[in-house]
Amino acid sequence: MTVYVLCIFLPLIGAIVAGFFGRAIGDRASQIVTCGCMIGSAVLAVPIFIEVALGGGVRTIELFPWFVSGDFTAAWALKFDTLSAVMVLTVSVVASAIHVYSVGYMAHDKSIPRFMAYLNLFTFFMLVLVTAANFMQLFFGWEGVGLVSYLLIGFWYDRSSACAAAIKAFLVNRVGDFGFALGIIGVFWLFGSVDFDTVFAAAPAMAGKEFVALGLSTDALTFVCMLLFVGAMGKSAQIVLHTWLPDAMEGPTPVSALIHAATMVTAGVFMVCRLSPMFEYAPSALALVAIVGATTAFFAATIGMVQNDIKRVIAYSTCSQLGYMFFAAGVSAYPAAIFHLMTHAYFKALLFLGAGSVIHAMSNEQDMRKMGGIWRKIPITYAVMWIGSLALAGIPFFAGFYSKDMILESAWGAHTAQGQYAFWLGIVAAILTAFYSWRLLFLTFHGRPRADRRTMEHVHESPPIMIVPLVFLAVGAIFAGWLGYDRFVGEHMGEFWRGAILILPGNAALENAHHSPRWVQVLPIAVALAGIAGAYVAYMQRPDLPGIIAARLRPLYLFVLNKWYFDELYDRIFVRPAHALGRGFWKAGDGEIIDGVGPDGLAAATLDLSRRAVRLQSGYLYHYAFAMLIGVVALITWYLYGRS
Amino acid sequence: MTGWPILSIVTFLPLVGALFILLVRGTPEAVARNARAVALWTSLATFGAALVLWFDFDRAEAGFQFVERASWLPEWGIAYHMGIDGISMPFILLSALLIPICVLASWESVEHRVREYMIAFLVMETMMIGAFAALDLVLFYMFFEGTLIPMFLIIGVWGGARRVYSAFKFFLYTLTGSVLMLLAILFMYFEAGTSDIPRLMAHGFDPRWQTWLWLAFFASFAVKVPMWPVHTWLPDAHVEAPTAGSVLLAGVLLKFGGYGFLRFSVPMFPDASAFFTPMIYVLSIVAVIYTSLVALAQEDMKKLIAYSSVAHMAYVTIGIFALNTQAVQGALVQMLSHGVVSAALFLCVGVVYDRVHSREIARYGGLVERMPAYAAVFMLFTLASVGLPGTSGFVGEFLVLLGAFKANTWVGALAATGMILGAAYMLWLYRRVIFGKLVKDDLRHIRDLSKREIAVFAPLVAITLWMGIYPASFTRVMDASVAQLIANYDAALARKGAKVAGE
Repeated sequence: MTVYVLCIFLPLIGAIVAGFFGRAIGDRASQIVTCGCMIGSAVLAVPIFIEVALGGGVRTIELFPWFVSGDFTAAWALKFDTLSAVMVLTVSVVASAIHVYSVGYMAHDKSIPRFMAYLNLFTFFMLVLVTAANFMQLFFGWEGVGLVSYLLIGFWYDRSSACAAAIKAFLVNRVGDFGFALGIIGVFWLFGSVDFDTVFAAAPAMAGKEFVALGLSTDALTFVCMLLFVGAMGKSAQIVLHTWLPDAMEGPTPVSALIHAATMVTAGVFMVCRLSPMFEYAPSALALVAIVGATTAFFAATIGMVQNDIKRVIAYSTCSQLGYMFFAAGVSAYPAAIFHLMTHAYFKALLFLGAGSVIHAMSNEQDMRKMGGIWRKIPITYAVMWIGSLALAGIPFFAGFYSKDMILESAWGAHTAQGQYAFWLGIVAAILTAFYSWRLLFLTFHGRPRADRRTMEHVHESPPIMIVPLVFLAVGAIFAGWLGYDRFVGEHMGEFWRGAILILPGNAALENAHHSPRWVQVLPIAVALAGIAGAYVAYMQRPDLPGIIAARLRPLYLFVLNKWYFDELYDRIFVRPAHALGRGFWKAGDGEIIDGVGPDGLAAATLDLSRRAVRLQSGYLYHYAFAMLIGVVALITWYLYGRS
Repeated sequence: MTGWPILSIVTFLPLVGALFILLVRGTPEAVARNARAVALWTSLATFGAALVLWFDFDRAEAGFQFVERASWLPEWGIAYHMGIDGISMPFILLSALLIPICVLASWESVEHRVREYMIAFLVMETMMIGAFAALDLVLFYMFFEGTLIPMFLIIGVWGGARRVYSAFKFFLYTLTGSVLMLLAILFMYFEAGTSDIPRLMAHGFDPRWQTWLWLAFFASFAVKVPMWPVHTWLPDAHVEAPTAGSVLLAGVLLKFGGYGFLRFSVPMFPDASAFFTPMIYVLSIVAVIYTSLVALAQEDMKKLIAYSSVAHMAYVTIGIFALNTQAVQGALVQMLSHGVVSAALFLCVGVVYDRVHSREIARYGGLVERMPAYAAVFMLFTLASVGLPGTSGFVGEFLVLLGAFKANTWVGALAATGMILGAAYMLWLYRRVIFGKLVKDDLRHIRDLSKREIAVFAPLVAITLWMGIYPASFTRVMDASVAQLIANYDAALARKGAKVAGE
């Protein structure tokens, strides 16, 4: 029990120490405390994983009550089953690597304790999120990670772009959380509880029931699941609510790796999988999940093709990969989604930290057009970026291969329209993924150096404190898939998940995936290789080709380059009208109509009178107060005596 | 329970302190120093006495406790009748908590007429606590109106440049509301033959009259809350009031509106309450969306927070009239939370106002550079205002939404948009004041929080987190009384339903 509680709360302790006493104890001590707490938590996560996931020791630890209001109750509690054990282990291990890396990456920053405290705090919220035993605590962790994400995107608070990106991230997430909160309320309304166990037990009986909400009679479970999914879309940057993620790259690179790639953004996927006992009975909601996921996978990949900022390419790639996870969940292949979540955490964190190492080497340059020709100078970074890209593209025997193939095969195996939609878009996205990954590699490392002489002379490999975490994650990016395959999605799946995830017998996508035809298994690899070949031709053999294509297909190119114009659209229909309305309501509504007709109009005469009175008399407010009192007394008297 | 008239002690102790201050003689400096000290110690002693209420309060009892009764105007059947239940008790603690904080916050910023200033706050305390504890309508009315006079003076004497305009606006609104309420009170007195609140609750007014009585009370309470569209006095009053005045205005005075609805409108006029509920919903939802958008356009920090108060108090009115356990408890928690959080936000404005003498948002920027502790405190209260889980703001807001959704899905869904808009204007405020580059010259040497200021914020920080992480200790206090309120309301409506069916 102590081990379980400590594993979750150690990062909070680290955050408090570094956050409040960071100045007193100094940078070095803050780093030691926070990294120590984080690694301690990761070490504790191992026996927990063994006991819970491998040994079947499912448990819920109640801490103390939170909400007690009539029949609405929710407790602070830690729930450990296979799903949360997997998440706890992944989060704490990846976070540990990133903590250590940050010590090197942020070495020259002026607020090191604050940064380390935020990282610790983030991990705490994330661990609370994945071990939630009820919707309320899930929401607590959910908004908590959102908060720290906001703080870390705006970490360099003197840059106005960082501040804008931070607010944008918080607000777009809030839009999602608006749906999430209503979804939780809907759950309570339907089930009379927000406890996972109670709700899941009652879900089958709720299937197909209708209720009247917002004046419409709808399928209750579908309605609630869709609302909850809106929250997932916000947090996991799915299309429509994705706009914040690329901008979030304003934060320091370790943040992008930890929060905006490996952990926080996957919370939406985790949520859908956690709620599989509800979603399974809401097929329309699941179909929506699949369609949104597949669309995002494709849409984000197209944008990733044309970005020039190295971090933004990886950011869109994250968006796209999250889409894969969602459509896996949408076809009921939840284990595949979590499997990909886990492998993705390793290779995407690796790619981001590798990019950070490149940026570090290039004197904070992020534009790939100003890189090139540096692979010999930073060989380890170069090697790990290759590993990360191979894993991302799903090249055999790297981590991504196992999980991504499983997802695509499951989509095919669903034998549904949305499954087909997801499968084909997933295949297209796989070509694009391979293409932009190698575009990134070629532009960054190969070709003629495009940086100025001074920068080029400066190019150097990162210090060991950054290299060690990179190598560690690279090992994960190579072996995680191979190690996890059997248990996550293979033969031993049933005994591994042990009821943490529910898949109805009719939704056999994952089962069918194992018996998919040869071409379905080979196609993803083939298209990945084709994408790599394409990138090689376009960026190594014929570097003039991309420019020609962009000129030929100019409208399409501009459409993609401008990210499908989502930002412009939102600015037009939400941001500007909100400000204009606010100003209008204030000046015209409050000022002219309410005050003009009401108090000012009425007071005009009074004021006129009183101005004279003020001039005649001392003008002190005492008099008015006194006059009011007299008036009140006079009224009382009149009534008391007048009536009796 | 001891034999002590603890409720009267809590109520009148501040008045004793005020008398002491009146007696202080000496040089102006000595008077000021002593007045501050007496005010602080008196208000702390009052808070200590109020804690007795908290600890001795019987949480299982739904009715009134610590009841005191003395004959006052026997020929009219008006008595000095005091007592508290789970609805009023937390507000007495809130009032008793905020006064020492006000005194401490004005320690250095108020320099002229210190004696009168401190007396005004102590009188204010008596009036506020009295209004929450009174169980006789006439007594309530005296305390209730009594709060206006010190508030008036606080704005009028120690206020800003446009204080005359603000004071008039305040005057006009509250007086109109109060006069109508007074008429209603007199009517009730002659109709029921008593001004005793518990007896009036049981009286069962004729539904025909309920409508008019409800409207008369509504006139007073809606102004106090304030509800849209009678809210425009609030931003002006806040802007002109000194910091501590804003603290009490936002922290306690606005709560009289919500308290009044729960103590009078709902239990005494249940049929009218049911009848007018849709109107309350509409006004409240308009308030949430409208004032949030207006807040987004503000250039003055205090005005922005004032508008945010209107939006947050709209949750309270929704919760009260949704009339189920979660909604009413949510409304109460929201009032307490808003009392602490908005008070703290005004104090935050006060901190920089004391240093720079400007409330204009554009005047600031990059304060985190020089004031990290201040930035952290401001951040916490911004988050509480935004309703982040783990802070008090979330508990109230979420319970209200939960209850409102149960009562009417549209109301719940529309009110929830406040979650998004609230985050927008608060983070935008924070970004402009705290973040950004520090470019203004006079801000380069601005001091961070002093020890005194930390002492002012520390209890508010603690309560915000306590209420956010373990709200059960507050909802438990309210449970019994709220349950009874709702049961009585439902019973009254059922009676009416039966009557209609029988006719």
